[in-house]
Amino acid sequence: MPAGQRTKYSRRAWLAAASGTAATGLVMTRFDAIRAGAQEVAVPPVDPTKVPGRFVSEVGRRATGEQPRRLLRTLALSSSSRTPLQDLQGTITPSDLHFERHHAGIPEILAEDHELLVHGMVERPMVFRMADLRRYPQTSRICFIECSGNGGGAYNRNRMPTNISPQQLDGLLSTSEWTGVMLSTILREVGVRPGASWILAEGGDAAVMGRSVPLDKAMDDSMLAYGQNGEAIRPEQGYPVRLLLPGWEGNAQVKWLRRIEVTDRPTMTRDETSRYTDPLKDGTARQFSFVMDAKSIITFPSYPFVLPEGGWWEIEGLAWTGRGRITRVEISTDGGRSWADAALQPPILSKSTVRFRHLWNWDGRETVILSRATDETGYVQPTVQQLWDARGEGTAYHHNHQRAWKIASDGTVTFGLGDLL
Amino acid sequence: MRRLARDGASRSAVWMMVGALAACAPDASGPGAGAAGSDAGGDWSAPLAADAPERFGFGSDASEERVALWDIDVKPDGEGLPPGSGSVAAGREIYELACMQCHGVTGTEGPNDRFVAAGDWDPWPPGRVFGAYWPYATTFFDYTRRAMPQATPGSLSDDDVYAITAYVLHLNGMLPEDAVLDSASLVAIEMPARDRFVPDNRTGGPEIR
Repeated sequence: MPAGQRTKYSRRAWLAAASGTAATGLVMTRFDAIRAGAQEVAVPPVDPTKVPGRFVSEVGRRATGEQPRRLLRTLALSSSSRTPLQDLQGTITPSDLHFERHHAGIPEILAEDHELLVHGMVERPMVFRMADLRRYPQTSRICFIECSGNGGGAYNRNRMPTNISPQQLDGLLSTSEWTGVMLSTILREVGVRPGASWILAEGGDAAVMGRSVPLDKAMDDSMLAYGQNGEAIRPEQGYPVRLLLPGWEGNAQVKWLRRIEVTDRPTMTRDETSRYTDPLKDGTARQFSFVMDAKSIITFPSYPFVLPEGGWWEIEGLAWTGRGRITRVEISTDGGRSWADAALQPPILSKSTVRFRHLWNWDGRETVILSRATDETGYVQPTVQQLWDARGEGTAYHHNHQRAWKIASDGTVTFGLGDLL
Repeated sequence: MRRLARDGASRSAVWMMVGALAACAPDASGPGAGAAGSDAGGDWSAPLAADAPERFGFGSDASEERVALWDIDVKPDGEGLPPGSGSVAAGREIYELACMQCHGVTGTEGPNDRFVAAGDWDPWPPGRVFGAYWPYATTFFDYTRRAMPQATPGSLSDDDVYAITAYVLHLNGMLPEDAVLDSASLVAIEMPARDRFVPDNRTGGPEIR
């Protein structure tokens, strides 16, 4: 069929033509919803069972109709891009969609030229090339990395957004399987001297960005990660090696790591004083607020999805905590008046994202839906009012309060926290 | 308002305690923890076998010269500050050449970080204004030397960085017009917000902090 004669169907029309899932009583998922502003889907020009397919390829590619994209803040040296949470399934973030946050651009580094210097309060100051690091006992671990600035767009009472997607609001969150050598192994190699209590981790980017990390964390579960989801770590995530601090704020997990200094006090770098500190309502500023508290967000239904009809829908989303495991996620479909337990999709890994699901029979009337996560320490994801009460409305970072979505009677979905205030 | 001890030695002790506090935070995922009785989801633990050698011997010793090449950080007590000095007057010239286009004629205009609080400044939280929020002037020296100017990082001499730091402190009314800054006088600068900074008091558990 000539290209000009291809028939184009909207997703909705296609759904209707495909004999109507709702009419058959099946549960609908995000794939049955409409996306506001989505482009139409081209129907294949020919019957694929009647023409040969394409050949093998050295590097795979996404299906033509599946093109999730990161969302860029600005094209600047200090900028970020966000993971399309509403477009993804399961918990692992495809490496090319992992969020980015750079303070002076992405450096071009050749692994064979890269060196990691470890010195300070150690018995033996040492330099490790990548070939050296890869010879040490290796480990892999799945965990999330989240920027502590994530979600700040829904904290200001007077600027509560409505047309904002999970990606726009919370896309500075990604999950990967990381591979590398435990930092404790390297610190054992150099021999930490008595009296040491902190390290300084410094990157080889144009900001030479540095953060101080307590030695206890460095000796506990910290990793020098050179692998990500089965391949070498991406340049955007710190190639050839980054510091991985499971459960802690992303900024401290220094990328392009080139120096570790063992010290007995924090260095007070710019990114642990001017930035990544949390001014509180009592006139203090919380410093070294590393741990990411429990948090969750419903990724469907969310903006910009539209529910074409009432009936059974599967609510789904992600929950995570930097303090261990998520033990419970509750869903409210009536604006927070009542709550029901969501199902948690195994495996429920420590300091990783967990996918939750909840069946909901929508009666077609306007309502607000929310999720709230509980972690193994007994911490329950707070309301925004609870965070305002505890920290004040002018604080920065660590905005882990409950998220809400308003479902209008016409099926449009908007961010709904403002509707609850 | 909670305040930290004001003398340097006591402050160091406070920050050592922060490291210990972090270790107390509930966390079942440390090496070895959670391995027994964990579910089929699998838990992770550190891989070093009990009979692993004390040293593997991979990597090479770093000479003092090698360490000095990269050991660029400056700490609040002055450790890492290089010799040299710079005057407010010299700093003004460098500022207008290298800094002003991003940080404004008087340090209040932006578009990038403000150095000086504007007249209608709300005392708390003060944003990231250097003179109002940054707890240590040494951090300004450290960051400027390693990361600025953005397009040509690391291009300023140590004397240049002393001079720029002196000028920005002068813009904040913290140094007189004729001042010259060196390592001793930089360490002596006490930033107004220094004692506002407190360690994280969140420890997990039900309390919202």
